[in-house]
Amino acid sequence: MAEVKTTREVVMNRAAIAAVFVALIVMLTPIYWIASTAFKPRSLATTAPPTVFFEPTLTPFAKLFVRRSQMREPVDQETYDAAPWWEQLIYDDGESVVRNRRSGEITPSGYWDRYKNSLIISIISTFLAVSMGTLTAYGFSRFKVKGENDWLFFILSTRMLPPVVVAIPMFLMYRAVGLHDTHLGLIILYTAFNLSFSVWIMKGFIDEIPREYEEAALVDGYTRLQAFIKIVLPEALTGIAATAVFCFIIAWNEYAFALMMTNRNAQTAPPYIPSQVGSGLPDWSVIAAGAFLFLLPVAIFTFLLRNHLLRGMSFGAIRK
Amino acid sequence: MARVEFKNVTKRFGGTRALKDLTLTVEDGEFFVLLGRTGAGKTTALRSIAGLEKPEEGSVLIDGVDVGDWTAAERDVALVLQQYSLYPRLTVRGNLEFPLRPKGRRMSEDEIARRVERAANTLQITHLLDRKVERLSGGEMQRVSIGRAIVREPRVFLMDEPLSALDAKLRESLRVELKALHHELGATFLFVTHDQVEAMSMGDKIGVLRSGRLVQVGTPSDIYERPANTFVARSVGSPPMNLIEGTLSGSAANLNGISLPVAIGMAGGAGPLTFGVRPEAMVLEQGAPGEARVFDIEDQGVIKILSLDFGETRLHATVPAGTHVKRDEIVRFGWKPEKVLTFDRNTGRNLAFA
Ligand SMILES: Nc1ncnc2c1ncn2[C@@H]1O[C@H](COP(=O)(O)OP(=O)(O)O)[C@@H](O)[C@H]1O
Ligand SMILES: [Mg+2]
Repeated sequence: MAEVKTTREVVMNRAAIAAVFVALIVMLTPIYWIASTAFKPRSLATTAPPTVFFEPTLTPFAKLFVRRSQMREPVDQETYDAAPWWEQLIYDDGESVVRNRRSGEITPSGYWDRYKNSLIISIISTFLAVSMGTLTAYGFSRFKVKGENDWLFFILSTRMLPPVVVAIPMFLMYRAVGLHDTHLGLIILYTAFNLSFSVWIMKGFIDEIPREYEEAALVDGYTRLQAFIKIVLPEALTGIAATAVFCFIIAWNEYAFALMMTNRNAQTAPPYIPSQVGSGLPDWSVIAAGAFLFLLPVAIFTFLLRNHLLRGMSFGAIRK
Repeated sequence: MARVEFKNVTKRFGGTRALKDLTLTVEDGEFFVLLGRTGAGKTTALRSIAGLEKPEEGSVLIDGVDVGDWTAAERDVALVLQQYSLYPRLTVRGNLEFPLRPKGRRMSEDEIARRVERAANTLQITHLLDRKVERLSGGEMQRVSIGRAIVREPRVFLMDEPLSALDAKLRESLRVELKALHHELGATFLFVTHDQVEAMSMGDKIGVLRSGRLVQVGTPSDIYERPANTFVARSVGSPPMNLIEGTLSGSAANLNGISLPVAIGMAGGAGPLTFGVRPEAMVLEQGAPGEARVFDIEDQGVIKILSLDFGETRLHATVPAGTHVKRDEIVRFGWKPEKVLTFDRNTGRNLAFA
């Protein structure tokens, strides 16, 4: 039977679609702005009104990864022709690549190192938070734990304090124990930060898995650990994926502690990117290129896990 | 194959005692049915044997050995549940192989294939082997669950209401198959149910459980004909046993002003009694002492089941299908004296049990 819609319903429907559309524009504009600026030559990055149609260029990305200096006089044709394409792009913008005086090697900018730090720290801390969280949640879900509710509340309460409040004492402690500006330092910090979240979300998911499945495996001759790996983990995959995405996003985007706890060796991308605004006239298209690349991992990670996430977002509803 | 024993087992969950001083023996090769209502402790009893619950007191023995400290894996029993006993991610074959694949078992692939094949043949699920579990009907699922239990050739089969989620037809045919399977394997079965028809039709022996306590153990006919108390009398039989309050004087029962004969030497005494008589031991005939009003008639083809109002008491009587009665008709009834039981009205105990 065809559904008959009243005029009122039709109007409401259209209004809802329009509202979603407006919301989308509001949310996607900054992303569009970053992405388009990242492909603009420097001269077009700050025009007013903004340039909408332009020939995209990779110059900002070429610049992003190397140290450069302003050229006083144009480069001679012979050097220009001998240079690789990305170096020519930089020459075109009136800058030259800084090279080591003796070896002639190019000097990289700090971007790639910071990016690598971000990846290492986010991935490891996410892995730790999710795996520890899953095991803890399993324990709370399946065994009688004395004072279970108090423990769970305590775990949650670690998130009630705004992290910035403890920033100074943390800074001093990290200095004292030598964790300042180390990868390990940030990994510990982010793991601790995400753990409570991970425990709570995973407990919800594991509670939903009928314990009969594991118990059947136990009776069938499997050990508790084998039953956990063979039965619980596959069933909890959706929850694990959802939790991992959240933890990764939080670790990847974290700014305040990264700014305070690191300066060179273990610095992540978030505090580094704005620091490049500092000297001279900011090169907005290079900053946009840095920000654009920074957006990619979260987007890719989320995209890869999208099937799990869609089901995972309806927390716990794993079975049809 | 094995004998299973409970010795004074008590299991607590916080304030509630799910099993109270339970003592019970299931003999080797027996089909034992534990009958009880929801919450009676049936599941808890099974889980205690499987090693999924640890009783606070008493011990569970398998073949005379106290298995209190054994893990579930070591006990070598199989458990079939009402639901959730198949892994949704695996195919039927995967599910049947699963119990054969724990690291400790070290079974060869040939042996695994052979056993799966045989179990599938026995249960007629060979055509389902490569199907995903979620595509099975309820009856097929329970067949596979039973298959999962038999591939391992365990010492004891524990079944927790495996048929109660199925529709009546299927339940009946699986009942027959399970009995046949038991016969073929000769293994010890402990089967749990709240359905008295299931219990009566399947059990070699029945144990009636009430609030964690064992009320009576016996063969189906023991339980049916000599219930230990009014609880058991009401629990088995459909319609249940008629229970009528009255007193005994000599060889006559005084019920609400009428007098019916009882067997000579009937246990009773002078105190308040409850008389018990099965519907099929009720007799409707002209001139019988009792008088009742027909409340309802259920025609079952071969017989009719009448509901009768005798004063405040609702009675049931089964009569041949040819009997002509109408609703609200007044009929006269008696009973077969040798079939009458007497219970203590206060304790409910069957007075024939010394
Ligand atoms: N895990 C548990 N926690 C608390 N109470 C329980 C638990 N399992 C069973 N019980 C209680 O024990 C009693 C017996 O339960 P159960 O063995 O499941 O009965 P049955 O299987 O006969 O329906 C019930 O009162 C039930 O509420
Ligand atoms: Mg139960």
